[in-house]
Amino acid sequence: MKEIFVRLDRCVGCLSCELACAVEHSRSKNLFQAISESPRPRRRLYVEYVLARKMPFLCRHCEDAPCVRACRTGALVQDPITRIVTHTPDKCIGCWMCTMVCPYGVIGREWERRIAIKCDRCPDRDIPACVEACPTRALVFMEEEEFARLTRLEAAEEVARSYRVV
Amino acid sequence: MKAVKEKSWCPSVQEMLRLAEKLDIETVWCRYEAQLPQCGFGELGTCCHNCLQGPCRIDPFGEGPQKGVCGANADTIVARNLARAIAAGTSAHSGHAKHLAHTLLAWAEGKAPDYPVKDEAKLKAVATRLGIPVDGKDVQELAKEVAEAALLEFSEKATPLAWVATTVTRGRVEKAIQYNVVPTGIDSVVSEVLHRTSYGVDADPVNILFGGVKCALADFAGCHMATDLADILFGTPKPVVTTANMGVLKPDAVNVALHGHNPLLSDLIVQVAPEMESEARAAGASGINLMGICCTGNEVLMRHGIPPVTHSVSQEMVIMTGALDAMVVDYQCVMPSLATMAECFHTKLITTMPIAKVPGATHIEFKEEEARERAREILRLAIEAFKKRDPAKVHIPNYVHKAYAGFSTEAIIEALAQVNKEDPLKPLIDNIVAGNILGVCLFAGCNNVKIPQDSAFLTVAKELARNNVFLLASGCAAGAFARHGLLTPEATEEYAGDGLKAVLTAIGKAVGLGGPLPLILHIGSCVDNSRAADIAVAVANRLGVDIDKLPVVASAPEATTEKAIAIGTWAVTAGLPTHVGFVPPVLGSPLVSRILTQDIKGIFGGYFIVETDPSKAAEKLLEAIRERRKGLGL
Ligand code: SF4
Ligand code: SF4
Ligand code: SF4
Ligand code: SF4
Repeated sequence: MKEIFVRLDRCVGCLSCELACAVEHSRSKNLFQAISESPRPRRRLYVEYVLARKMPFLCRHCEDAPCVRACRTGALVQDPITRIVTHTPDKCIGCWMCTMVCPYGVIGREWERRIAIKCDRCPDRDIPACVEACPTRALVFMEEEEFARLTRLEAAEEVARSYRVV
Repeated sequence: MKAVKEKSWCPSVQEMLRLAEKLDIETVWCRYEAQLPQCGFGELGTCCHNCLQGPCRIDPFGEGPQKGVCGANADTIVARNLARAIAAGTSAHSGHAKHLAHTLLAWAEGKAPDYPVKDEAKLKAVATRLGIPVDGKDVQELAKEVAEAALLEFSEKATPLAWVATTVTRGRVEKAIQYNVVPTGIDSVVSEVLHRTSYGVDADPVNILFGGVKCALADFAGCHMATDLADILFGTPKPVVTTANMGVLKPDAVNVALHGHNPLLSDLIVQVAPEMESEARAAGASGINLMGICCTGNEVLMRHGIPPVTHSVSQEMVIMTGALDAMVVDYQCVMPSLATMAECFHTKLITTMPIAKVPGATHIEFKEEEARERAREILRLAIEAFKKRDPAKVHIPNYVHKAYAGFSTEAIIEALAQVNKEDPLKPLIDNIVAGNILGVCLFAGCNNVKIPQDSAFLTVAKELARNNVFLLASGCAAGAFARHGLLTPEATEEYAGDGLKAVLTAIGKAVGLGGPLPLILHIGSCVDNSRAADIAVAVANRLGVDIDKLPVVASAPEATTEKAIAIGTWAVTAGLPTHVGFVPPVLGSPLVSRILTQDIKGIFGGYFIVETDPSKAAEKLLEAIRERRKGLGL
């Protein structure tokens, strides 16, 4: 299964991913209309700024997801095959158990209905909205092995360069 | 990849796009796709980098920051960005005008022999309008005074800009005074906008917008001055017939495209080209074939009937034909990518202005004192390039349309005078009153890569024509119509409603055309939008009402540049309902959006109509016209 990976060194902090995520979860799916919708469309990923670095954070759709285990109403469920964790607003009672156990703090809140909101991996799209919006390709959507190989090749290239110089 | 029809409705461009795909050549449409999705903060106008503590962005969804570091909110930021765009547009138009003023002065002082006054009558008319006595003065003397009066307009004066005060209705002048938006210097109002929008100055969005309006009036002055001075130096346009679209390239000639905005150099190239014919023939060509792109193209089309080859967003495509030997550019709307495109072919891209160089181009600096010589030098380069043309790469799309142009205000009034000598405007007014003509629409502006090229122009214009709206067009709007055969009497037969057809036919016959006037009258380049304003002012004065009461509207359905924002703003200030076919970067502030589309109507009478669907836009424009008619009791 493809996952969203973050190439941390590439994020310029433009917040395009946040905007695109909110627009994708609006009724109109159009920025110009979405900005005046109610409830206000919300983003489900967060670009944080720590130690002078820009860090995009989003749901990792963890194996044996702690939020799913903590949710007692069945609002959060994990697809047995894709492992995507989704949230059903109607079942959510806003107890925030999920928020407490999520190790990355990527469960948010919709103020109007007092319910949790989180990344649903954009079920209507082939490529998640945040990934498509990222101008520096800091966010990529690929298989874990593919991503590891990308990282490996980048590291290998660095090594190879220094090797040739010596 | 989008289908070619979603990129352009121009058949030549579609053909070139297919070729580009086959040859894997990058075009403006590829670069646009690579930019998608574009930054939402930029689209909404809520990004500010006016100080070094920024850039700051306002979260339109309310979760993130609602204020910049300094405390500016979305309203302030959007208003500031808009005002700055108007200032940039004003700088461009007025820079062009200033350039002409310097040339006129240089000629009057004997320093630019290549630029004699061509239209003395216009010189006198402009001088008289400005209050400069003309009697007993020779041409040089008068030219000097007009040029000096023009140059005076740029710095701060004690009096309002003459090119506004003497060219608009009394009612508009009073409005400007009432709202404290009287510009007294073009450059000074541009710098005032930059000042008030810089760090920690004007934070009141309404006040900033009024500042933008004042600047837009200065833009109007710049446009009008550019038209006046170009007419004085190169002649006031009279109706001409030519052909348009890429089929005007000739496989056996030295093909030279003139691109940019100012007639200063391009008119000289047109003048010297006949002298260079023998050199071209010696190189094996059938001759020199000049053609225009964008508004430089419009200037030489209006005065010399030089055929327009393409416009705006499709400028790169001309080089891709492999048959263009040189593209000579001055300034504005010249895409830097032309140099890259030229690298793939034998085409020489020649820049000519000290403020407008492009890496990869050949720079031949234009100087008024030796304009003819420079023009020859440029044509010689084109002839040299012709020798290197690779016939295997030549691919000329075979589309041409006849096109009528040259409808200056003077030419339009003259045509109307053939129907009624004493009172030329009467036929127009009578037909508006009788309802044969529902109203008037001015089309202006560029093509925009976000909109299938020409699609909005064609859709809106045909719908308005069917509803008997009298149509004028300038700039690349006129270019779009030219390339599709809408600047012809045949188009009148095909698309005009019965009332409009009868009127255009009556005038056409009176002027000896033997048939109707073209469906849309080409009034010139973008600065020549001032000609449309002149007509509106004349009609308003003749009727004794202000412009904001007339059934006159404007539409820039595919605009691109900051210049278009400036023009749109003065059109609204002049009192015109003005349609734009794209979403301008203001929606991030609901306040600013509301002011521009609604509140401003109560102040100046004009307002912006934002509508991306061309059919709906036509409906809204018709609605605006009908509302005005009702207001006049028609
Ligand atoms: S807030 Fe909603 S989703 Fe989270 S644990 Fe409680 S019920 Fe489940
Ligand atoms: S995958 Fe979709 S829902 Fe998840 S963070 Fe990205 S845009 Fe938002
Ligand atoms: S869009 Fe990409 S670069 Fe921009 S903030 Fe998000 S992750 Fe960073
Ligand atoms: S002027 Fe204000 S809003 Fe603009 S960048 Fe500076 S601090 Fe931010």
